[in-house]
Amino acid sequence: MHQRTEPTEQAWPPNGFHGPPHWHRRAERWRNRGNGEPLRRDPEDRLAGGVAAGIAAWRGFSPTTVRIVFVVITLISQGWTIPFYLGGWLLIPAKGAEASIGSRARHDSRGIALAIALASLLCVVLGLASVLNAGLINTYGWQQVPSVVLLVLIWRNASDSEQAAMRHLVEPLESIGGGQGMRRGLGWRLVAAVALLGAGFGWLLTSHESVALLRPLAGVILVTAGIVVLLGPWWLRIARDLVLERSARARAEERADISARVHDSVLQTLALIQRRADDPQQVVQLARAQERELRSWLFEGRTLGDGDATTVGEGVRQIQRDVEARHGVPVEVVTVGDCPLDDDLNALLAAAREATVNAAKWSGAGVISVYAEVEPKQVEVAVRDRGKGFDPGAVPGDRKGLAQSVHGRMSRHGGSAAVQSAVGEGTKVTLTMPRSAASAEAKGGGRR
Amino acid sequence: MNTQARTLPRVVLVDDHSLFRSGVRAEIGHRVEVVGEADDVGPAIEVIDQLLPDVVLLDVHLPGGGGQAVITAVKKDHPEVRFLALSASDAPEDVIGVIRAGARGYVTKTISTADLADAIQRVADGDAVFSHRLAGFVLDAFAAAPSASDVKPSFDPELDQLTSREREVLRLIAQGYTYKEIARELYISVKTVESHVSSVLRKLQLSSRHQLTRWAAERRLT
Repeated sequence: MHQRTEPTEQAWPPNGFHGPPHWHRRAERWRNRGNGEPLRRDPEDRLAGGVAAGIAAWRGFSPTTVRIVFVVITLISQGWTIPFYLGGWLLIPAKGAEASIGSRARHDSRGIALAIALASLLCVVLGLASVLNAGLINTYGWQQVPSVVLLVLIWRNASDSEQAAMRHLVEPLESIGGGQGMRRGLGWRLVAAVALLGAGFGWLLTSHESVALLRPLAGVILVTAGIVVLLGPWWLRIARDLVLERSARARAEERADISARVHDSVLQTLALIQRRADDPQQVVQLARAQERELRSWLFEGRTLGDGDATTVGEGVRQIQRDVEARHGVPVEVVTVGDCPLDDDLNALLAAAREATVNAAKWSGAGVISVYAEVEPKQVEVAVRDRGKGFDPGAVPGDRKGLAQSVHGRMSRHGGSAAVQSAVGEGTKVTLTMPRSAASAEAKGGGRR
Repeated sequence: MNTQARTLPRVVLVDDHSLFRSGVRAEIGHRVEVVGEADDVGPAIEVIDQLLPDVVLLDVHLPGGGGQAVITAVKKDHPEVRFLALSASDAPEDVIGVIRAGARGYVTKTISTADLADAIQRVADGDAVFSHRLAGFVLDAFAAAPSASDVKPSFDPELDQLTSREREVLRLIAQGYTYKEIARELYISVKTVESHVSSVLRKLQLSSRHQLTRWAAERRLT
């Protein structure tokens, strides 16, 4: 197994430490941090284990920078960073997971046994190989013994999603080994790769003194070329898949947001409507409240808060919401212009609210329309219904609602109110408030 | 019956929701003659071209480019076809957009069946139809006195202003008054109300105030 995965290790551009001289201290720090502080691998942004992305996020670098640094250091340090990368993978918990792979691996006695067995096998192989070329094996070989151990433990204990990702990474190797995924072109690549690898390893391992300087270099080039020929297309595909996967995830998140919204409000309302199907008024009320909420979310990009209104337009819409919710009568609102609220305008809105509630309670109208217009000099609100109406001359003195409260409120703040009503034709209350708070004397006044 | 059948306006429905189309067809089928349906810009232009209906009931939002595209394409060859825009969104720039493209009116999808049939009849007769919300938009758009930077020399400065009578009519429409009620309220005839509304529509379509467009765009941001 380790022989299969070895080439992929080299090609992974993972990341680890910032320099060979300090790796002991850093490894210590890393371990402590990884367990205590929020250094987390980021499987969302992974190329291999997400360690580079995790460190980048933790330290505020770009993941690409960290990965390049890692690859460079790997080349300089003769591959020493690879076991540490794998150590990080094993010991740093993934984002969102509470335990690292390592904590699970501790209980995996079969995995540990397998890892030790493979490690000793690899030692034997390396020992034999070093007879052929001691320098090379001593330089590049022994570091990878711990890598193999770590890789085995990771492989056996990673979470399902991570295993799926790893399987994706080594897919090319499996298809070579199994011969299942043989496609056109693969045969040619295989032949070319075997030739290149054979030549490369041959040159590397049989170094005669005479060409000692030339051959290792040529060997490395040939081996690299062989790997690229063999695996290049797959790596390209994997890189492409990663990009696709990420954008798909972004889309999925957006969809989740929308479906949460739909579920929270729309589906709930639909369920309520079905249950109240025998009460038409309630159904209309629910449908309208939902419509308004959805509309404000879709077209105005805001959610309806219960916070205080700060402008005339908001205030009127708040009246609309409250009256519809409490009295179940639809309120049609049209506003023209807008301006911030002050004391006088608050009084105007309070009077408008009262007139609207009054209409909802007594008029029997199917719909109430509220029209607010902010003009340079005054603000006018007209509340109108097509309900039963009344004879303004015949309102008994004890019906305080409109007569006192609305008139009183308006005149105290320098505004005016006009009530227009006829039996059987509905009622219209026109409220006018001059805009400047400073001008105490009433300006304008009811139009009729 | 015969005379009625002859006066029924011929209508084409353009809406991408088949449920909505069949609903409208069922509801107003006896007041108008629904001669065709389409669910997108391309098919709509084709159907209208073939059938030449009196009125096209046109959804503002269509997958392939929106109601404006249909109006623009059809108006070129058949300026006599009239459009009544219909929308669920009430987003001002959409509404102003279709009106300026040439629709004779705009109503919301929540309109009652009787009102919709009335509106279609009115558009078929060559009048304009404003929903209370559109009236609000128009008042809003024309409300702000044009500042110096906005005044672009117009061919006809009258187009940039509403008369006080037009303003009054619009205010009452915004408050939910019917034309008949407005006529009674202002002591004028229904025909006069209609002519005021038509003249507002003309100003809306022809005014060179770029404030109008900018207003619609800004309105969305608040």
